[in-house]
Amino acid sequence: MKSRYSAYPYVIWMVIFTVVPLLLVAAFAITDSSGAYTLENISAVGEYTPVLMRSIWLAAIATVLCLVIAYPLAYILSRKTGSQQRTMLMLVMLPTWMNFLLRTYAWMTLLEKNGIINRLLGFIGLGPFEMINTQGAVVLGMVYDYLPFMILPLYSIMTKIDNSVIEAAQDLGASTPQILRRVLIPLSMPGITTGITMVFVPAVSTFIISRMLGGGGNLLIGDLIELQFLGNAYNPNLGAAIALVLMVLILLCMSITNQFDGEDKEDMII
Amino acid sequence: MKRIFALLLALALAAGLSSAAFALEEEDLDMEYYTRFKGQNISINVYNWGEYISDGSDDSMNVNKEFEELTGIKVNYTNFATNEELYAKLKTGGVSYDVIIPSDYMVARMINEGMLSPINFDNVPNFKHISEEFKYQPYDPENLYSVPYTWGVVGIIYNTTLVDESKDMETWDILWDADYAGEILMFSNPRDAFGIALKKCGYSMNPDSTDQLREATEALKDQKYLVQAYVMDEIFDKMTGGEAAIAPYYAGDAVTMIDDNPDLAFAIPREGTNRFLDAMCIPKEAKNKEAAEMYINFMCEPEVGAANAEYIGYSSPNDAAFELLDEETQESPIIYPSDEVIEKSEFFNELPTEINLAMDKMWTEVLSNDEQYSEWFIPILLVVCIGLSIAINVVRTLRRKRESRNY
Amino acid sequence: MKKTSWYSKAYMSVALGFLYLPILVLIVFSFNESKSRGVFTGFTLDWYVKLFHNEMILSALFNTLVIAAIASVVATVIGTLAAIGINGMKKWAKSLVMNVTYLPIINPEIVTGVSMLLLFVFIRDKFNVDMELGFFTLLLAHITFCTPYVILNVLPKLRQMDKHTFEAAQDLGCSPAQAIWKVVIPEIMPGIMAGFLMAFTYSIDDFIISYFVSGPTSQTLPIAIYSMTRRKVSPQINALSTIIFVVVLLVLLGSNIVEARREKRLNRKEED
Repeated sequence: MKSRYSAYPYVIWMVIFTVVPLLLVAAFAITDSSGAYTLENISAVGEYTPVLMRSIWLAAIATVLCLVIAYPLAYILSRKTGSQQRTMLMLVMLPTWMNFLLRTYAWMTLLEKNGIINRLLGFIGLGPFEMINTQGAVVLGMVYDYLPFMILPLYSIMTKIDNSVIEAAQDLGASTPQILRRVLIPLSMPGITTGITMVFVPAVSTFIISRMLGGGGNLLIGDLIELQFLGNAYNPNLGAAIALVLMVLILLCMSITNQFDGEDKEDMII
Repeated sequence: MKRIFALLLALALAAGLSSAAFALEEEDLDMEYYTRFKGQNISINVYNWGEYISDGSDDSMNVNKEFEELTGIKVNYTNFATNEELYAKLKTGGVSYDVIIPSDYMVARMINEGMLSPINFDNVPNFKHISEEFKYQPYDPENLYSVPYTWGVVGIIYNTTLVDESKDMETWDILWDADYAGEILMFSNPRDAFGIALKKCGYSMNPDSTDQLREATEALKDQKYLVQAYVMDEIFDKMTGGEAAIAPYYAGDAVTMIDDNPDLAFAIPREGTNRFLDAMCIPKEAKNKEAAEMYINFMCEPEVGAANAEYIGYSSPNDAAFELLDEETQESPIIYPSDEVIEKSEFFNELPTEINLAMDKMWTEVLSNDEQYSEWFIPILLVVCIGLSIAINVVRTLRRKRESRNY
Repeated sequence: MKKTSWYSKAYMSVALGFLYLPILVLIVFSFNESKSRGVFTGFTLDWYVKLFHNEMILSALFNTLVIAAIASVVATVIGTLAAIGINGMKKWAKSLVMNVTYLPIINPEIVTGVSMLLLFVFIRDKFNVDMELGFFTLLLAHITFCTPYVILNVLPKLRQMDKHTFEAAQDLGCSPAQAIWKVVIPEIMPGIMAGFLMAFTYSIDDFIISYFVSGPTSQTLPIAIYSMTRRKVSPQINALSTIIFVVVLLVLLGSNIVEARREKRLNRKEED
């Protein structure tokens, strides 16, 4: 018997529930409300360039911040001994287990004009600052919600880097920046690329964070899609077109980052 | 000692309040009518606005629960935030609701598009309680599809501690006042937002050309710099918590907010405002039409109507329910505004399709408005990405080939 | 490395502070007497009492758990079988299937959600199947996005396994099914368990996809939370957060203790 038969239920399942739906999105994108072929929706996506730019820009900032914050953190974690490492890792991952809506909501209460941070600042005579309903708040929310997605892959790749490698570099006279550039970063590259995609993709397509922390005026690409399907400007054909463009962009970005990886992944074409 | 006294006082007050709240007496109800679906395991899906029913909090009547206990019909109650959301959800399909509560213009649009099912008024005997004034409205001229639920006007709610006393609040211009940059909230649904902008530009709230809409769009874009957030029900927390100074919203909700925070006040712009009427309807896809009619009838029971009106603060079109309200509510100038205000106000009409489409499009434009980027950005980005991807692959294949030759 | 430890400690504390501050605030205000989100006026447990009487939340919790349980079990079965199958595929077929497997993981959730919504509406309209958005569609969607995670957890274990074990079992008289059940499955059990747990947590936590494919009869907890944040906010939401946090904390602590014990036992055995 060939064991590959056991994959057939899955293959059928994925064709029905993943491939066909994406084809439907494509079909909606190139038709109008009566079902006739048109390219109007696809070309209309161009009008929303500012939204797309804003999404990419904010998500990129959030991704870089996540990387900068998570890199040292993952390194410190990976150098701890067994039981300490496990406890620390648990501490870092615990917040992710709470629903991200609740975590985002928590920031609302902190950032508000009469929120806790402004009150505390008020005691020392500062503020109040306008923090909520700004793009800064949206970036903060993204960093907070997706930071663990960056820490985890970095950490798991760094535990594989032996201390002796670093020590050897030190013995050979490398300075700390040199060690970082020549040893640590090249060795942790796969973790970095995985982390970047795991943060960037949800950040660029979010519609909750921008709505809760951005005040609804800082529309992101996710908001735009939601608006066309279940929101205030019903137009599923346009929504599908935007979703299609977003998907193609992300898949392309992914394939580029994967290729920077240097490592050949035998089972991935994209 | 003082504390104990305060506690006793609070308890006494609470007791007094709960006895004043509305209660359903079985003898007032047509039990034969209400119990005929008992034990049949029927459920109905009710889709209503958020904060738009007496839900049992603060000693009010829990209307859905009372209905379930009375009739044995299970109510799956969910909320939408705007008429447009409701429309999108129904249009997208895949769901069937039994009772929905759209506003006037949306009722008209849904009737035009064949989305509603005519109500059998034999099953809604309490329709007789609805005031004649609210029957046979232009949105449903023969009154076949809708039973009025509440009505009200739109006005400006503001925080007296955050707004300069000398400012004239009875005008829509206050929402464009640069002194309050970052302190203004705005509707996050297109119809209400455009209504206000159109009025500010001196037009009717029912635009008859896309040029008028264009002008309103520009006004809304100008306003965007001043707006802290675009909201619907989030307004409750933001206004009562003092997060923002000025916001346009529905009168009934203003009453609720003023109850929670006495610093708030309500003004109705003298240019005229929007008067709305929200009505209960049954969508075409409804699974349990008769149960839905029973629910609508139940909502028109005087006690239930009064409990709802009392809790949500909106004006009731139900005469019998109105009689049950206390005098303070009946005479409230916010809930039941003067004839002068009513005269100057206009209902939203159903708009021609092309204007509706233009409005949706321009609304997205307002929300996404930002620094202008070239429309060519996306195609160029796509091409660059594809090019890069191919280039890397080619380079890699070449290198691999060279390496394998070297070995 | 010792000399660097003080600032690594400081860095860790700042980072942990950043991660925990918002949660701490949520928890503190769940005991707040007034509804205000900024001022603490007095201690109360009212919000917890109200939460336990909130039928919407309770039924949402029930739905969430039932869907997560069924979805993760089904996903584990389909996914494990699929992984075994994929492992035995030719290279081109394998890379094709794996690409489809990566799709739901890489794709933005909103695109997955929208595409599944279109699919369900399409099936309902075109094939006249009486399938409303609700429990069943949620279940299908959850199985779909959970299965790839199971596969990705099981595949590495299969690769580590000696290829000849399966053949050896068959040579010794096992039918292929028996060989899979008795030889392969026990070998890859840790991967299956990891995949199952991942599927379960992803299902419990999912909001975006559920948001598009849920209907009026089946709200899940994240959807209920979302509709709570859009209305007049009640500190019940804080009480809910606190409870979820405590439950997660206990589960993680428990699993950590179990793990630590097992490790100790293994170490002792090795020493013996």
